[in-house]
Amino acid sequence: MGTHSHHHDYNFNEQYTFAGTAKIVSLVAIVFGIAAIAFGLLSSEHIVVERTYANLLLMGYYFTCVCAAGAFFVALHIVTQSAWCAGIMRIPQAMASILPIASVLLLVIVGLGLYTHNLYHHWHAEGLTDPNSPNYDALIAGKETFLNVPGFLIRQIIFMGSYSIFAFILAKLSYKEDLDGGLNSYKKSFKLSAIFLVVFGFTTPIWSFDTVMSLEAHWFSTMFGWYNFAALWVSGLCAITIILVFLKKAGYMVWVNENHLHDLGKLIFGFSIFWTYVWFAQFMLIWYSNIPEETVYFYKRWEPEYKPWFWLNIIINFVAPLLLLMDRDVKRKQNTMLFVCILLLAGHWLDYYIMIMPGTVETHRGFGLIEIGTAAGFFGLFTFLVMNKLSKHALVPKNHPFLDESLHHQI
Amino acid sequence: MSNTKYILGSFADPDEMMHGIDKLQANNISIYDCFTPMPIHGIEAKLGVRPSRLPIAAFCFGALGTCAGFSLLYYTMAYDWPMNIGGKPSLPLPNFVPITFEVTILLCALGMVATFFYRNHLFPGRAPRVMDLRATDDRFIIAIDARENSDHALIDSLLKEAGAVDVKYNERKYVSYE
Repeated sequence: MGTHSHHHDYNFNEQYTFAGTAKIVSLVAIVFGIAAIAFGLLSSEHIVVERTYANLLLMGYYFTCVCAAGAFFVALHIVTQSAWCAGIMRIPQAMASILPIASVLLLVIVGLGLYTHNLYHHWHAEGLTDPNSPNYDALIAGKETFLNVPGFLIRQIIFMGSYSIFAFILAKLSYKEDLDGGLNSYKKSFKLSAIFLVVFGFTTPIWSFDTVMSLEAHWFSTMFGWYNFAALWVSGLCAITIILVFLKKAGYMVWVNENHLHDLGKLIFGFSIFWTYVWFAQFMLIWYSNIPEETVYFYKRWEPEYKPWFWLNIIINFVAPLLLLMDRDVKRKQNTMLFVCILLLAGHWLDYYIMIMPGTVETHRGFGLIEIGTAAGFFGLFTFLVMNKLSKHALVPKNHPFLDESLHHQI
Repeated sequence: MSNTKYILGSFADPDEMMHGIDKLQANNISIYDCFTPMPIHGIEAKLGVRPSRLPIAAFCFGALGTCAGFSLLYYTMAYDWPMNIGGKPSLPLPNFVPITFEVTILLCALGMVATFFYRNHLFPGRAPRVMDLRATDDRFIIAIDARENSDHALIDSLLKEAGAVDVKYNERKYVSYE
């Protein structure tokens, strides 16, 4: 707004120093993760190997989704010409710029899982589409035009490849803006963001159909794509908030105040409700119409080994943010926001767990070294890559056209 | 001077108006209200305006909507004419969620608008209550109660020092009735 006469004395060239506890913790987590994954993959028991693959898919997908949410955050706020977030833009940009690494990692996991028959064996196995084979499956054969190995891999490469290119260039344009100033970078990112949002919006549902829904290829739901998008967006916002609070507590980003935190809190609150809306729409229609080919999905998740976790998912991802984030003051305090965001990140891990495990390891579900180790490894990798990227540039896009408005943001 | 009810400082620039508020407050002159054609960030905190109580009304209307929506469903689906649909119980709670939710949102939204109109006296046929018509266009107005603050010369000089382009002494509170 119009109040430009206040003179700030922020140091916009300030850079984050990635060292000390944060670096050690992330490296230890990576080593622990590698050890746990190696232990799982080298096991002589087939079911342990399969469980490790399922966990790798879970965390690889989660990691890619959170980084893609960073790119989505950047693009969305450029296209809507939002000003409030200018001061925190470097965090989603750092997440966006490591999307290529996350994508390659997920591609390797998906490719290896496919070829070793540890993942997607529901639609990728000998004779499933051959009418003369004893393994012939008419439903899978009917989906073959879409769901076949070359098509699947090409889609994975095109989708994640295009997200990665857009994400990388969007971050790069902002880093370039620091040096050049002017509006050129902003105008270019505006066009690029608009194209990215269209591409991302139309392809993420198909990407999630391929990556996660095809684990149980007989079942399908048109809601699944938006349900996954909601999880992607909420967990991405939580990651941004946690990094922001961490940096604030370490004494960085003094220009960000409780008003910016409040806006993040409102987004997390709103999209947790949106997540519930899509989850419930998918559930209610299947529950009410009661068609066996559809109910099989929830039937598996209502078996004794999954049912408590199935309901816990709703408690953590809907009831908890609804009650905890409703109040204005909660959204404006660092510690309460940190707590809710950590809870929600754990909640969406459980959400993906409920999506992936019944279709892969089925009743051989587990929660132990492999689950904790894989999650820790990817957490360490994400922390290391994002914090390392943050330390390479100034913590604020100092030539962002709306920066001054962001500094005076008040709600 | 004695008939003056309100002194209005009219500013062409929001920064100068904010500066004017600081100056008046530094001299212990209480400000009745400010009127601006657009939202000014930070002005509520500066004037000490209490947060709106509209959310309380929203919650009450929302709760009323939840009860109304659920009662309607319960009466029609479970009490008055129970039906067997898809072998589901006659009180199928998951199916009640969408309509209960919709009625909650509907009554919440309508109730908030009604509360807002009631509180701001925006009834059909009622002339709007405006203290300075240009505050709806291009001027930023500080209004001071002339009876509570007796040193009018000081107010005049402070407003002009801060950059007020015009200072008015109004004998009526609202000019829009004229």
